[in-house]
Formats: sequence, structure tokens, C-alpha cells
Amino acid sequence: MKKINSILSLLVLVVIMIGCGGDGDRKKSGAMATNAAERVYVAPGEHDEFYGFFSGGFSGQMSVYGLPSGRLLKVMPVFSQDAEKGYGYNEGTKPMLNTSYGFIPWGDLHHVDISQTNGELDGRWVFTHENNTPRVARIDLNTFETGEILEIPNSAGNHSFAITENTEYLIAGTRFAIPSPQRDMSIEDMKGNFKGPLTFVKIDQETGGMELAFQVIMPGFNFDLAHPGRSASHGWMFATTYNSEEANTLLEVNASQNDKDFIVALNWKKIEEYVKNGGGTMMDAEYAHNVYNHNSSTATSTMKKGVKTVDPKDIPGAVFFMPIPKSPHGCDVDPTGEYIVGSGKLAAELTVFSFSKMIKAIEDKNYDGDAYGIPILKYEDILGGIVKQPGLGPLHTEFDGKGNAYTTFFISSEVVKWSLKDYQVIDRKPTYYSVGHLMIPGGNSRKPFGKYLVAMNKITKDRYLPTGPEMNHSAQLYDISGDKMELLLDFPTIGEPHYAAGIPADLIKQNSKKIYRLDENEHEHAVRNESETRVERKGNEVHVYMTMIRSHFAPDNIEGIKVGDKVYFHVTNLEQDFDVPHGFAMIGANTAELLIMPGATKTMLWEPKRIGVYPLYCTDFCSALHQEMQGYVRVSPAGSNPELKWSLDGD
Amino acid sequence: MKTSGIIMILGSALLLGLFYFPLWNITLGAPQYPEPLGMDIYISGIQGEEEFDIQNIDGVNHYIGMKKIPKPEEMWEFNVFPLVIGGMAGLGILLGFLGFFRKISPNWFLGWFVLMLVLGVLGMYDFNVWLTDYGTDLDPKAILKLTDEAGNPISYKPPLFGTQQILNFTAHSYPRLGAWLMFAGMFLTLVAWWIGKRSLKTQNI
Repeated sequence: MKKINSILSLLVLVVIMIGCGGDGDRKKSGAMATNAAERVYVAPGEHDEFYGFFSGGFSGQMSVYGLPSGRLLKVMPVFSQDAEKGYGYNEGTKPMLNTSYGFIPWGDLHHVDISQTNGELDGRWVFTHENNTPRVARIDLNTFETGEILEIPNSAGNHSFAITENTEYLIAGTRFAIPSPQRDMSIEDMKGNFKGPLTFVKIDQETGGMELAFQVIMPGFNFDLAHPGRSASHGWMFATTYNSEEANTLLEVNASQNDKDFIVALNWKKIEEYVKNGGGTMMDAEYAHNVYNHNSSTATSTMKKGVKTVDPKDIPGAVFFMPIPKSPHGCDVDPTGEYIVGSGKLAAELTVFSFSKMIKAIEDKNYDGDAYGIPILKYEDILGGIVKQPGLGPLHTEFDGKGNAYTTFFISSEVVKWSLKDYQVIDRKPTYYSVGHLMIPGGNSRKPFGKYLVAMNKITKDRYLPTGPEMNHSAQLYDISGDKMELLLDFPTIGEPHYAAGIPADLIKQNSKKIYRLDENEHEHAVRNESETRVERKGNEVHVYMTMIRSHFAPDNIEGIKVGDKVYFHVTNLEQDFDVPHGFAMIGANTAELLIMPGATKTMLWEPKRIGVYPLYCTDFCSALHQEMQGYVRVSPAGSNPELKWSLDGD
Repeated sequence: MKTSGIIMILGSALLLGLFYFPLWNITLGAPQYPEPLGMDIYISGIQGEEEFDIQNIDGVNHYIGMKKIPKPEEMWEFNVFPLVIGGMAGLGILLGFLGFFRKISPNWFLGWFVLMLVLGVLGMYDFNVWLTDYGTDLDPKAILKLTDEAGNPISYKPPLFGTQQILNFTAHSYPRLGAWLMFAGMFLTLVAWWIGKRSLKTQNI
């Protein structure tokens, strides 16, 4: 109870602080007082300087914003069904959401990371992960569509996530420790028996294809945030843990007892070598691997078995614990790779570890005991510095490439700029309200583009016109090019952004496809011109090979369908013109529309339930005669024997 | 006569550029087409500026009942023009050589120029006839049938030369590199004639 009381009193203090500081700040920050409006204004028809890829959190999707305007450009479905695009509804994309638990329509998308080469953003892919049903995903930045989803077996609460500096590996940690392998056992017996596996996924440099490489079976702590080493510390990865108490109930109290938890430092190159030389053991596992073919608009889901596991005790010198105060959350590595910033959520200070000191301590074998056989380094030996009185509730840190770090403080609701040279606070600005993650384009790489900072807030309250009890989360854009940060813009975000990744638009925009080429369409049921359109019956399955072009379907009159049939509409958009999608909807279909880009084919299943004549139509206003883009399907009684007929304009 | 012959050879050889570069170009811009659709007209056929421009121009044109942009085998011109251009270039080069070796009078160069001019004008006339047919001979079942103030069907003929507004589209029709090389070549043959004449005069004095 004492702890709760002290936290409560902290909160009261914070409320008072906000109450005092807030008003004065607002008066100063009017758009008329500065030229803030001008600096975020992107004139009609002009393009933003940066792409921002924002996690959608519990929406399961990722959204694309232009920065500095804060304009929403696109929502890309990843882990949740998206009726707008038919993702997870049409036959081609349903397999993307397949898992070892079966089809799952929803996911909790957390962190996002753009692929890197030599520690710099390269704009090939964006990777992300799902917290609830452990999965990782790749989005291809030529189509802005999800290209692959890989389930992570033997894990739960897939949270700590990072990409190594040449995109060699994607790291996926376990937040909710579990029995490994899973078994029927008493929850009370958690301590010492649960595990926190850290999974390494190998990335194919040509395709971005993901393959489960190995799992490091860590003690049953909760692995939270992860970041890769870079430059000097390349080959290492760092991840925070909380609940080193291994509590299984009322974690808000019971997991807040130890004065120090850990950051794990893991030499993955050493473990890779060990596995390459035959180390590790195979464990039973089952996981889905879903791959989307952009040329066929079709995904395949394959169930795979077994995972190579590694016991860290078997590889001396590969895994260490760095003690850090009070339930750390963020774990961020500066552009040089020397500094590892750990944020104890309940600590009054910000701890910065030194990589070179860590290496020295390891060489000197100067340990402070061990936890489950993993050496614990001495706090004083590896400490680089402490930022004193930085704020309350530090969460995440990004870097501007000019020797400064920016840390978010959830409880005191602010972002604080401090120097990596002397650990002195340089500036602090309020956020509205209770900031979680922050993002500087490239701020998690060797080469940050330190012009803007985006704060992603958890609480919105009065920032926008009220929309009932549920408000979209709010983000704030700051100019960080000067000594002091300047708030420029508020904009609402989708779901709950856990992190975002920004990149100069010039690194991506020229790769963005305008159409899918019809002559490269590999869909099993594609047709390339109207003369190939047809309707075929196979028992109670009817396959309609249909095309769409401004402004008609071919065929647009179909007869011979019966109640109880399974009708598959394979619809090809014959257009080869930029931004001329067509949609397809069928009355009574128990699924979403098809939204079909030029040159692509998509498949909808319709199971007619009543006799009659039913219209179909184009759902995406495509042309001056879009309204006329419609057709009819006749449905005859079950058991009847109608002739299969199809036509366009009587032909 | 040597200089004159060389210039005649060069000038007529420039016609061969028409086998590599487009003669003419028509672009169609509209609010919905900030990057205009465009077609390059070569002596042997019509190509889109971008890969799918012809298909997309046909797609737009179907609303007003225009015929599709012709393929090379659908217009005799695309078979005859290369022969005419190749023949004239060959003839001009031959005349240049003969002039170089003083076998013929420079007036032959002028004769070549006049013939080329006549053929050029005929070619432009034919091109204009095709544009007129393309812009006015429309499918009677056309989706959009528009008339002018006098009640006559409006013409969708793109301009032979220049810029013109056609409904939502702005059509630009201008010569391209092949044509400019031809014009330059023809001018050079005139220069060849003039220099040839002058050198003969100097000799005579």
C-alpha cells in the first residue's frame, strides 16, 4: 500500500505541475506568435518531406502519414481484417491471418522499424510485430501492402522487437513469460519454471523473406523493449526486462518490488556462430508462415514445425544482465552505438550505460553474481552517466545525430532534450497528454534526420472537437532543428501508435508502383481480356471469370446459378492506368467488397440463399459512368437444372 | 562543289533520323491526368510516351466513340512513309556524291529539295485528313454525343500544330526531334545548292 500511496502522491504532484505550467505555455504557443502554421503547411499538390509509418496498436493496422503536414496518406492492413480493402475477407488474403490457432481477425500491432543497411535507413521494407498472437510482419514499400506474416511459436506477448543494422535479423521477445514448451501446470509455480524466449528471425536480403532462425530460452522475466547495437556495438542487442520478481499476480505491485531489474545484453553474432556449428536443440512447435504474392494477389499459409532453441548457459560470453533501476521500459541505443539509455518507469533518474565499459567489465569478468546462470554486470562498472531530475516516468529515447537525446515522460507528460556529452537537460516541452513513444526520422539508426520529432500521446481529452467517450489518440510534431524544441502541430492518429518510423520521402517514393502489370498477373483465375471471360460449373461450385474496365463488367448478365451454390467471382481489373481501381459488391455476400487495383485479380465467395435476380455493382467511383457499372445474376431454385449463361450487351 | 556535295550528303542523311526519333507528338492533359497521356508518331507507327498511354487514350476516347489508335498494319502510311524517307535520303546522298565529283549541276540539289517539299506537304495533308477522320467519324452508339451551338456534332480533331482545348483535355500537337532533323536536313540541302551555285560562279569568273 505504501508504494501505491507514493505513486498517487506523485500523480497529484504532476497534476499540480501541469496545472501551473500549462496555461502559461498555451498563451505563448499561439500560431500567430510564431510561424508554426507556415512550417507545417504543405501547399495543395505539394508533397511532404518525410513518410511516417505509424503503428496502429489495437487497430492491428499501420498508417502512413506525411510529415510535417500530419496528413493521413493511407492505412495499411496488417494483423486485422480491413473491410475497406477486403483484406482478410477475400479469398486471396484470408490466409494472411491464419495462425496455429486458426483464423484470427484481429491483432495488436506494436513497434515498427524500417529496414537498414550499414545502420542507415534504406527504405526497402517496414517490419512490425503483433503482441497478442505472437507474429511478425513485413510490408513491402513498392506496393505498401503486407507481404509476409510469420507466427512466433513458444512465445506470448510478443513485444521486444528490433531490426539489426544490416537487417540481418529481426528480434522478437516474450513479454508474458510462459511454460516452455507449453504444458498444464499450476500458475503459482511460475517462478523458475516459466521462460521468456527471445526469437531471432533471419531476413532474406533479396526478398525480405522471414525465416525462424533460433530462440534463446531466457529466464521467465518479461522482455519489454529492444534495440540493436549499431556501429561499435553491432552484433549485440539490448532489451529491457521487468518483473524480474517473476510475479504471477497483481503485477503492478508485485513486479515493482525489486530496486533493480535488468537490461539483457546479448551477443547475437556469438549465438549465430554457435547455432551454425550445430549448437542448440530442436523443440516441438507449430507455427503459420503466410506469404503474399503481389503478382497473384494471393497468399499461401504453410504450417511449419519445430524451432531451434538455445540455452544461454551453453554459450559463455554471449548473454549478460545489466542492472537498471525500477521496472525499465525503453532501451535505446544512440547513433554511435556507445550509449544505451535505459528508462526505469518508476525511477527518478535516467540511466545511460556505456558499451565500451560493458565490454571492459566482461573482459575483466567482474560480475555481481548471476541470475539463472547468466552473469550480472556491476551497475557502477558499466554506468556511462545519469540524467538527474529529468522528469517523471521516462519511457523512450530517440536521437538527433547532433549529440542530443530526447526522452518522453509519461507521468509528467513532456519530452525532454538532454545532451549525451554532459547528461544535462537542455530543454523540456509539454505534450498533450501523457506521451508514450516518440519518433525522429532515422532516430533509431546511425544517421538520424534531426529536423522533426513526433510525440505519440496516450491521452487526448480536450485536444480536438469531442467525439463521445472514445477519442482518437493524438500526436504532436515539434521542430527540433534549433536549441529549443518548438511545438508546431497536433494531429490525431489511428488506434494506439506504439512507435513509428520516419524516413525521407526521397528514399521511397520513386519505388512506389502505379499499377500491377496485367501481363505479370499470376492469379490462378485471372483473365487478360474480355474474350476470355466465362462462367464454369464444377458440381455446386460456380467460377465466374469476370473483368472490369471503365465502365462495365464482362459478363454483366449471368444465369444458371442455384440456391446452395458456392459462387466464386474471380474479378480482374483490366485497367493499366494509375489510380483507377474498381470495386465489386454482390448483394447478400457474407463478406466485404473486393477493391481491385489496375491489373490485379481478386476472388470473392458468394453463397446465394434465395431465388431471384440480384444486382452486382462497382463500389469505387471510377468514371463518369460509374453509376452504370452494374450487372445482374439470376438465382434459380436448388435442385433445378437451369442452363449456365453469361453475356455482355447480348454477346 | 566539294563543300556543297558534302553538305548535300549530310543534309539528306539527317532524314534517316526519322527512323529513330518521332516525327510528331500529341499530348493530352486534363485535371485527372496531371501527367499527360501522350503519343509519339513515328514514320512507321504510333507509340505511347509511357507504356500504357495508347491503351489509356483509347479508354478515354471510347466515351466519345472514337476509333482506336491505329496499329502500323492498319494504315498504309506506316508502310509507305519509311520507303519514301529511305528513298529520298538515298537519292539525296547519291546526288551529293555526284555533286562532290562534279558529275552534276547543283540545281539537282534544288530539284531534290522541291520534291521533298512537295512530298512533305502531301504527308502533312494526309496526316491532317487522318486527324480529321479520327476526330469526326465517331461511333453512332457513342456514350457522349455533344453538339456545338448550331447543333452540329462537335469535332474532337486534335490540332495539326499547336494547342487546343477539347472538352476536359488540353491537346498539344508539335513536331519532335525526327521532324526537326528533317527540317534541318532540308535546309542544309538548300545551303548545299546555294554554295554549289556560288562556287560554280566563282570558277566561271
